[in-house]
Amino acid sequence: MSETTNAPLDMAAEGLMVKAERVCKNFGHVEVLKGIDLEVRQGEVMCVVGPSGSGKSTFLRCINHLEKIDAGRLWVDGHLVGYRQRGDKLYELREREVSAQRRDIGMVFQRFNLFPHMTALQNVMEAPMLVKGEGKDAAKARAEQLLERVGLSDRMGNYPSQLSGGQQQRVAIARALAMQPKLMLFDEPTSALDPELVGEVLDVMRDLAREGMTMVVVTHEMGFAREVGDSLVFMDGGVVVEQGAPREVLANPQHARTQAFLSKVL
Amino acid sequence: MSVGETEPRTGTIKAVPVRHPGRWVAAVAVAVLAAMLVNNLITNEAYNWAEQLKYLFSPPVLEGVRNTIWLTVAAMAGGVALGIVLALMRLSANPLLRGAAWLYIWVFRGTPLLTQLLIWGNIGALFPTIGLGIPFGPEFVSAQASALYSAAAAAALGLIFNEAAYMAEIVRGGIQSVDAGQQEAASALGLTRAQTLRRIVLPQAMRVIAPPTGNEAISMLKNTSLVMAVPYFELTFAVQNIYSHTYQIIPMLVMACLWYLFLSSLMMIGQHYLERHYGKGYAR
Repeated sequence: MSETTNAPLDMAAEGLMVKAERVCKNFGHVEVLKGIDLEVRQGEVMCVVGPSGSGKSTFLRCINHLEKIDAGRLWVDGHLVGYRQRGDKLYELREREVSAQRRDIGMVFQRFNLFPHMTALQNVMEAPMLVKGEGKDAAKARAEQLLERVGLSDRMGNYPSQLSGGQQQRVAIARALAMQPKLMLFDEPTSALDPELVGEVLDVMRDLAREGMTMVVVTHEMGFAREVGDSLVFMDGGVVVEQGAPREVLANPQHARTQAFLSKVL
Repeated sequence: MSVGETEPRTGTIKAVPVRHPGRWVAAVAVAVLAAMLVNNLITNEAYNWAEQLKYLFSPPVLEGVRNTIWLTVAAMAGGVALGIVLALMRLSANPLLRGAAWLYIWVFRGTPLLTQLLIWGNIGALFPTIGLGIPFGPEFVSAQASALYSAAAAAALGLIFNEAAYMAEIVRGGIQSVDAGQQEAASALGLTRAQTLRRIVLPQAMRVIAPPTGNEAISMLKNTSLVMAVPYFELTFAVQNIYSHTYQIIPMLVMACLWYLFLSSLMMIGQHYLERHYGKGYAR
């Protein structure tokens, strides 16, 4: 790293976990993100809301480099995501380096994406053993602890197909936490759930927020955003339209587009 | 509610079942055909069961069975391994690798196995010497092909190269059947592509790959009989040798069929357990 002319951004000093500068993303000719500027502080819970197609999920996926950004800069914990900068030239990171960056970023998907051929316990143990080379006993002990924490100590031996959607999503959260991430990304974690199962997942997320986890949550749950969120970002058409304290934005939206959106969902 | 209702509406329904006369006619027809077949098997002396029993466990037949078994196992093992490589090439981002795999599959699937085996049997005419060296450059070691190469190797390679083309398409279908979200979840956890393939994608693809692979294995058991084109000694070759001097053609061929049936039945049992293993975690 000695050749790196601009050293890792000293985000820790500023207390920042994520910093996005004019982030753009295109899918073919469609501009999905048109210059996103955002900062997420350490320990902050940021909720991102907006109509479908507004680019909020795409932005989330850029944070752990599941999508490559086309313009702008994105840092997580002081490191440029997916690239290395030497002078004014950017170099794509190797696959291993990208994987290493992702270790510290947990992600929870709308459709859970649990590994169906593994039990709940195996789902949680897999990444620490494979990626961090953790021993089986240590991985198992922590997996059991995590599953207990999300209230599934009696479901460890079950396969995903034997679990309800809410239980699956809680396993998925435990699986992400097993890598001991510094940042958790939630991509509409309750959108695929039956209404009566939403609460159990939000409860786990609320506990996580209380413990000081930095979280970026793309969601339609305005109640959660108001209660748990430290900040609320409203996105539409690939731009951040409005952001601020959740209570203020929800109670008193400044922008006409925010008002129109909130009047439909609240 | 209707007029003339005699029973109370609560309680178990006792209705007259629908009759199926067609089923009875078909069942009788099948029973008659089965009786005719059994009668034929018992009374037709051309089967010569005694002759079959005499040769069933004779040394040449057992050697043929042994060769049939190892050829099937070797051809499937090699075919699956090479098939996985070809499938990954077909799914590669590199167009040269994709094209090479496509060309391979095109050639080996588009020509008859029997013809391919005849070529393998005469490969010495195509490549008289086999050497190790720099492509288009000097050779370091070189040997006569016939010295390195046996009929057994020709038979196994012929079956492997052909099978790999079919397995490649089966494996590719299996890999593509795995939800893209699985790859994303694995990436997000920090797994590399190779780890994702080995631990996440292939085990799930196996659920889709296993049933057609079982079919391929059973086909392979029977296709081993084609290696007499190389020529290489296996079960059908063995019974041909026997009936060429005893002239008991039908009894020997029926006996070979019984051996093939016995072996394929064993494979079906194995297939059942294999499918159950890879179906783990999927509610049926």
